[in-house]
Amino acid sequence: MGLRKLVTFAALAAAVTFSGTAGAADTIRIGDINSYKRLPAFTIPYRQGAELAIEQINAAGGVMGKPLELISRDDQGKPGEAVRYAEELFAKEDVVMITGSLFSHVGLALSAYADQKKRLYLAAEPLADALVWAKGNRYTFRLRPSTYMQVAMLAEAAAKSDAKRWATIAPNYAYGKDAVAAFKKILKARKPDVEFVGEQWPALFKIDAAAESQALEAAKPDGIFNVTFGSDLTKFVREGTLRELFNDRTVLGLLTGEPEYLDPLGAEAPKGWIVTGYPWSEIDTPAHKQFVDDYQAKFNDYPRVGSLVGYNTLLSIAAALEKANSTDTEALVDAFKGLSLDTPVGPITYRAIDHQSTMGAFVGLTDVRDGKGVMVDWSYRDGAAYLPSDEEVRKLRPADGS
Amino acid sequence: MGVYLVQFLSGLASASALFLAASGLSIIFGVTRVVNFAHGSFYMLGAFFGYTFVREVGGGAIGFWVALLLAALAVGLVGLLVEFVILRRLYKAPELFQLIATFGVILIVQDAALWVWGPEDLLGPRAPGLTGIVRIFGTPMPVYDLVLIGVGPLVLAALWLLFNRTRWGILVRAATEDREMVGALGVNQSLLFTGAFVLGSMLAGLGGAIQLPKGGADLLMDFGILAEMFVVVVVGGMGSIFGAFLAAVLISLLNTFGILIWPSGTLVLMFILMAVILVVRPTGLLGRPESGGHKTEVGVEQALRPAGPHYKIFIGLLLALLLAAPLIVEEFYLVLITDVLVLALFATSLHFLMSTGGLVSFGHAAFYGGGAYAAALLVTYAATPFELALLLAPLGAGLLALVIGWFCVRLSGVYFAMLTLAFAQVAWSVVFQWSDLTNGDDGLLGIWPSAWASGTQVYYLLALAISAGGIFLIRRVVFAPFGYGLRATRDSNLRAAAIGIDIKRQQLAAFVFAGAMAGLAGGLFVFSKGSVFPDEMSIPRSFDALLMVLLGGVDSLSGPFVGAAAFTYLHDELITFEYWRLLLGLTIVALVLLFPQGLAGAAKHHLGRYLKLEAGSAGRAKQADEGRPA
Repeated sequence: MGLRKLVTFAALAAAVTFSGTAGAADTIRIGDINSYKRLPAFTIPYRQGAELAIEQINAAGGVMGKPLELISRDDQGKPGEAVRYAEELFAKEDVVMITGSLFSHVGLALSAYADQKKRLYLAAEPLADALVWAKGNRYTFRLRPSTYMQVAMLAEAAAKSDAKRWATIAPNYAYGKDAVAAFKKILKARKPDVEFVGEQWPALFKIDAAAESQALEAAKPDGIFNVTFGSDLTKFVREGTLRELFNDRTVLGLLTGEPEYLDPLGAEAPKGWIVTGYPWSEIDTPAHKQFVDDYQAKFNDYPRVGSLVGYNTLLSIAAALEKANSTDTEALVDAFKGLSLDTPVGPITYRAIDHQSTMGAFVGLTDVRDGKGVMVDWSYRDGAAYLPSDEEVRKLRPADGS
Repeated sequence: MGVYLVQFLSGLASASALFLAASGLSIIFGVTRVVNFAHGSFYMLGAFFGYTFVREVGGGAIGFWVALLLAALAVGLVGLLVEFVILRRLYKAPELFQLIATFGVILIVQDAALWVWGPEDLLGPRAPGLTGIVRIFGTPMPVYDLVLIGVGPLVLAALWLLFNRTRWGILVRAATEDREMVGALGVNQSLLFTGAFVLGSMLAGLGGAIQLPKGGADLLMDFGILAEMFVVVVVGGMGSIFGAFLAAVLISLLNTFGILIWPSGTLVLMFILMAVILVVRPTGLLGRPESGGHKTEVGVEQALRPAGPHYKIFIGLLLALLLAAPLIVEEFYLVLITDVLVLALFATSLHFLMSTGGLVSFGHAAFYGGGAYAAALLVTYAATPFELALLLAPLGAGLLALVIGWFCVRLSGVYFAMLTLAFAQVAWSVVFQWSDLTNGDDGLLGIWPSAWASGTQVYYLLALAISAGGIFLIRRVVFAPFGYGLRATRDSNLRAAAIGIDIKRQQLAAFVFAGAMAGLAGGLFVFSKGSVFPDEMSIPRSFDALLMVLLGGVDSLSGPFVGAAAFTYLHDELITFEYWRLLLGLTIVALVLLFPQGLAGAAKHHLGRYLKLEAGSAGRAKQADEGRPA
């Protein structure tokens, strides 16, 4: 390539890149970053929920007279990639804020980015407590009930049971450790005479279920607190059932009742576990029924937790934009604080104190009906009731710039 | 009593599935010398095919087992396809290219499986008639586990018969010993290779299918089993089937009993065992030393020469263009180019180790992540200022490389590569699970540069200065006496030793230097993203580096830069497509098939005739082209 050609090429490249962002669109653009290929079983329902919400919001005239537009990127489950796409979305796509993510570590990376660059990030699905507490910052909000909140719901049930000797099994990484620590703390506070007699820490998605079941059995617990999920859960349920681990024991399953985890188990779903989850087919409030009907009409599929979260995420964003009546980041942050809105599962509020929404979860017992795992005797637990006191939250959230 | 016995039997049961998968890998490697990274994908496919076939034909007890065999056959067909379409064309190319091709296959299979079977985990069907339990001293034991315990030795015996009592098996063994000789005696080698590859794939498929009643099929199985399979093959001795069996049993029992004693050590134990065994017996339990012919598997064929005038002009222009970039392009592209620069330094450090040192590392991300974590830990716990932390990052990574290298340089060839993989996995597990220090999966956050360097443009220029400086330093080392000495150890151990070079020390020094440079890249990375997570040390990250080096070409010193740029560009372009992994996989395979010398290597090959790219190659340049600028 000659020198002249090289210069021409460089100039051309520059021209092309300059023209990239010319002419800001007449839509309000929202950046969406999620692990679409890494865990599609969770993220595809999420995106469908978000799409449904966008469609309805725009059909009703959009926000501030403009339609919303979602610009999606696949972070491949890598935090570094997610941060790069965040930069790309703000720089090239002119988005007003970013949202999404499923993995906690991706969420935390985006939250650190948001804090540094003073951009708004609404974490949709990540569960890590650190997101709003230890690493909480002015520019990050979170929708889904956190690990702590969901554990608190189960710990309440555990305290009511007769079980005194408890064993835990959790994947050996941040989420599992957070969950077990929170469980022990809350249960001990509610019922001081409980004993923790065993802890198992299988590597994530590499459980040796037979051996873990034996080890739990050897501890002779009255109750088992399970945090495993996905393929680990499948194997654990199979081996544990065969090896009679769950007989005459109180078993708690964190997230086990969510369709994403319960449905793959089919007829082998455990019976009588106390779980947090989402009994989508049985919730008969008008708002939720409408949501399910709309969702099924559009996608010919039933909603999962991800769908609900995706839907509520976009509702929240639209509500915040309306409230702020502006797309300015600072105005949006202020709008999110204390923002209240109605969702298919009831009203939620984004707490000003720690930016956590009060969206709750459903707690109930698992059972098998028509060859499928379902939740029975369930009830909706408002998230607000399962958060620590304001005083404690202030201690948990040291770097509060707000 | 019953508990321990049942625990022991459970260990043997899980050993069976592991053995099936790993033995296939061992056979493929033993015969074709292909390190088949796609073996995990074959295992996953086995599970998915098994699921489908059991639903279609698996009515009764016989149907179930027929379905499993059908699944193995189907995976064998996939293996046949892979061998026939891709690998067959690459047997003449340097061995590492086959590895990159198999990596492309992983990506293709991932998307294909997602497309065919959907995103949800599939619950494995139970084996009819074997769903119950028996009681052993009162402790329940699933019947299917007892069947599994039998399957392992059965397959082992079948393989033994195949390799010792059939003509085909004996020829395969002969090919394992000496490929050229077998070829010279008139045996059709490619047929043998195809056969071995198909057999290996079938075993992987059977392994995936046979574990269905204990779990199911999901899309994360491929990488999930990969590390474990490699450990089994390496511990047992590459190419040894008995060794693989022994190792599978040993590792499964270690896991089963390890859970009782050290519940949170589940990831690390296996790799520690591997490291110990390799240090004591460098070729694994039953492996034999590699024959001398397999030293230069990276395929370095020409001696490197210092840059010629045209090459220098080209580099000068490139640098000038990069320096001027903040004036030309908008901010986001600077972010992108910063990523390329960081990766280029990372890839160049690996390239140095491979091309100059002849040492192929499968775990180079340990030092990239190591540097990133060194900087991040210093900032988090010692409130170290940004400048100092960035300076100490290569030091931290260098120290890590010193420890790991001390073990690894005792080995050579594939064993060296595998040991680096194992240590990288140990480093990853420690970071992943030692959450008190590293915050585990939640990573270390808020690691930003000082105020003066936090602007995108300033940081870009900083990254450019450091990355270019690092790459020039590496280049300088290649042409320093140390570099020449290292090349001597690469080309001939005996001769190098004869002129007084301490080979192991030379290699260790190279390993540490490459590690430190990767650490520098890691330091740049962490401050550009503001956070670091264990992913930066994981196996896929190490593969990325290999991919960049090989995409660019091992032969040429600018290869890694070209590779890093191509890698980032491809990723960025393809990611917007729904099935980007499929496209990326196909692109990788196509590139490997079209440019076995790598992109920069191909460019050098075609342009080198006209240009003075190397000092001393002036004679080859045509007079007529003298006037043309590069």
